[in-house]
Amino acid sequence: MALLQIAEPGQSTAPHQHRLAAGIDLGTTNSLVATVRSGVADTLPDDAGRHLLPSVVQYRAGAEPRVGREALAGAVRDPLNTIASVKRLMGRGVADVKTLGDQLPYAFVAGDSGMPRLHTVAGDVSPVEVSAEILKALKARAEASLGGDLVGVVITVPAYFDDAQRQATKDAATLAGLNVLRLLNEPTAAAVAYGLDRSAEGVIAVYDLGGGTFDISILRLQQGVFAVLATGGDTALGGDDMDRAVARWIMEQAGIGEDADHAQMRRLMRDACAAKEALTGADLVPLDVELMDGSHWQGELSRAQFDALVAPLLRKTLNTCRRTLRDSGVEIADVSEVVMVGGSTRVPCVRAAVADFFGRAPHVEIDPDRVVAVGAAIQADILAGNKPEDEMLLLDVIPLSLGIETMGGLVEKIIPRNTTIPVARAQEFTTFKDGQSAMALHVVQGERELVSDCRSLARFELRGIPPMVAGAARIRVTYQVDADGMLSVTAREQGSGVQSRIEVKPSYGLTDTEIETMLKASMDHASEDMEARRLREQQVEADRVLEALQAALVKDGEHFLEAAERAAIDAATQALVAARQGTDHRAIKRAIEAVEKASADYVERRMNANIQRMMAGHEVKDFE
Amino acid sequence: MPTDLSSNHFELFGLPQAFELDQGKLDARYRELQRQVHPDRFASAGDQARRISMQQAARLNEAYQVLKDPLRRGRYLLELRGMDLDDQQQSLRDTEFLMEQMELREELELVAEASDPLVVLAGFIDRVRASFRALQDELAACLAGSDSGVPDGAVALVLKMQFYRKLEEEAEALEMDLEEQLG
Repeated sequence: MALLQIAEPGQSTAPHQHRLAAGIDLGTTNSLVATVRSGVADTLPDDAGRHLLPSVVQYRAGAEPRVGREALAGAVRDPLNTIASVKRLMGRGVADVKTLGDQLPYAFVAGDSGMPRLHTVAGDVSPVEVSAEILKALKARAEASLGGDLVGVVITVPAYFDDAQRQATKDAATLAGLNVLRLLNEPTAAAVAYGLDRSAEGVIAVYDLGGGTFDISILRLQQGVFAVLATGGDTALGGDDMDRAVARWIMEQAGIGEDADHAQMRRLMRDACAAKEALTGADLVPLDVELMDGSHWQGELSRAQFDALVAPLLRKTLNTCRRTLRDSGVEIADVSEVVMVGGSTRVPCVRAAVADFFGRAPHVEIDPDRVVAVGAAIQADILAGNKPEDEMLLLDVIPLSLGIETMGGLVEKIIPRNTTIPVARAQEFTTFKDGQSAMALHVVQGERELVSDCRSLARFELRGIPPMVAGAARIRVTYQVDADGMLSVTAREQGSGVQSRIEVKPSYGLTDTEIETMLKASMDHASEDMEARRLREQQVEADRVLEALQAALVKDGEHFLEAAERAAIDAATQALVAARQGTDHRAIKRAIEAVEKASADYVERRMNANIQRMMAGHEVKDFE
Repeated sequence: MPTDLSSNHFELFGLPQAFELDQGKLDARYRELQRQVHPDRFASAGDQARRISMQQAARLNEAYQVLKDPLRRGRYLLELRGMDLDDQQQSLRDTEFLMEQMELREELELVAEASDPLVVLAGFIDRVRASFRALQDELAACLAGSDSGVPDGAVALVLKMQFYRKLEEEAEALEMDLEEQLG
């Protein structure tokens, strides 16, 4: 347990059972699940031996949705009810989706919270729900092949995902009944997958071109610590765009007009993708496109022509590489390894362009489709506590600057991009009117100076400011970004000590109530009892808390605690043990909170003592 | 925030409270401390341990960022010695320096009109960085003379470094724009 780990790094007092954990790569085009078994991380296949699960969900009237290959088959026949590339919609608002409109054939409707919903025969669904279907399928696959419930998962996201997109991903996991140990950036996961094999030291560049997103990350690996120096990318650039460029070219060649219907567009995209893949091994591919009137157009596409079509996309990615290198403070010559991730890096001209840019051949040994899931599985195994002696640590950064709106629609940056997380920054505000009791804050994410050019994350209202003359109130607002890259905000009036109430209104997210409602609906659907599930969760949590606390008390309880404090902790512990026997999950939750409250000072004391001991130990070695 | 972590940034990393600093030691120390407190070490622990871990890791990150950057380190050291540059309306009265800054800014504005703007800009950025480093060396010498108090000229040096940092940022932003325009 973690409490023990800090007391005695590298030693575990009680032998504990292996906790089942998995890494999930929730991709735009395909998704995978991987796990560590007998020390080896690998992706898990389905019954038919296939590892990739197409990220496609087909909704049907009066039946369970189909996920994966079966759904993919429906994409051509039933395009409006078959949702593909939903990752592109995660955490996006209705306005964003409209700009993607000509690329996506779905019927959108505006949801209650500004989140778009897609109209299907099974009712309107949000992108979060669609993603949850994919996650459920992966969960089922993992639990079937591991033979037990997963205690937690690591889900990968593009490094360049903003707060709203990360939140949407976490919400999808919640809906799928998964406990998220960490959201891990995809390039970082890939570096982990490679790094552990070779225990290298140096600067690593990870070039990740997937179906729908591009990421570049520059990491430094030193003494087992992966520190992300800088990250950059584009959440709307990937292999799909290559297909689109080819499809557009075919339309021109074949004289297909803009009035092509959805089914025709689907066929074109499919043919374009097939041509792209065939060109990996050939210099020329024949094309045969079925037109709307049933006739066929025939032609051919050369690799040179293809390279020319995708060149603008590659230039965009290399510009981002250049900018990210600059942010990281390293020169191209300092980069010792280049790692390729994402199916689109199979395209020969992508490899050539990257090799040319970095002046070295990139690593392609691990299957670029699977490397992210493998890295996530390794991290999940460590986070689940299966390898307490493992010294590996990941230090990641926030990909986009966080700021707030100031006068005139300008952005004031609070936390600049590429700041190592977790991070906390505070800011002081005052009132500008006598007796002012409320204040509105608008948090945005992005690099531009104008609020309108940045992504709106949330609007906060601080209420209950005590009446004072203008300028007398001192309101301290603290922005905190956790290790998943997610933001939380707290505010407090300094003078009076009044903790102001904050109303969080995520601009494009789901409200807690919405999640709850969906969760209930999905539970009813799966005919699983919500209460029973809650009870099980709380029992597991109670065991975890009790186990950790008992082990710590045995070790140093006497050293850190007065008799009265110890008695309070013991009383709370007994109450929890009693509650644990019962069937009321709310009572267990309350008892857990009581134990945590009673032991708060103790936990803090031992963590501090640990740091002091470590620092003291160091000083002896270093300065004497 | 726990008491021992409210110690100053130098103490936190066990480093002498001075402007000149052993970067390798700072990096190694930072990694070691993060290894102990980082939230990944507490992924399956209770909410409370996770919360404390996050606060401590954030505190470490903040201290590391300040010490790593010569400008922020300089400001912080002056603050420890009783001179808060945020609180006081410190202004630079060195007219010669200010004139020079105005000229540099004019030069930067004209870069886009050059026949090969990226080459001209790269040279400009190199000069700005060299000037920053020269000021950094001066500040090191200035602060090395005493263990407490704010020596004459230290504040002016920090303010000058700030001018150059701002200029460098603007030049880099321009470089980015130009690269995008030129493809």
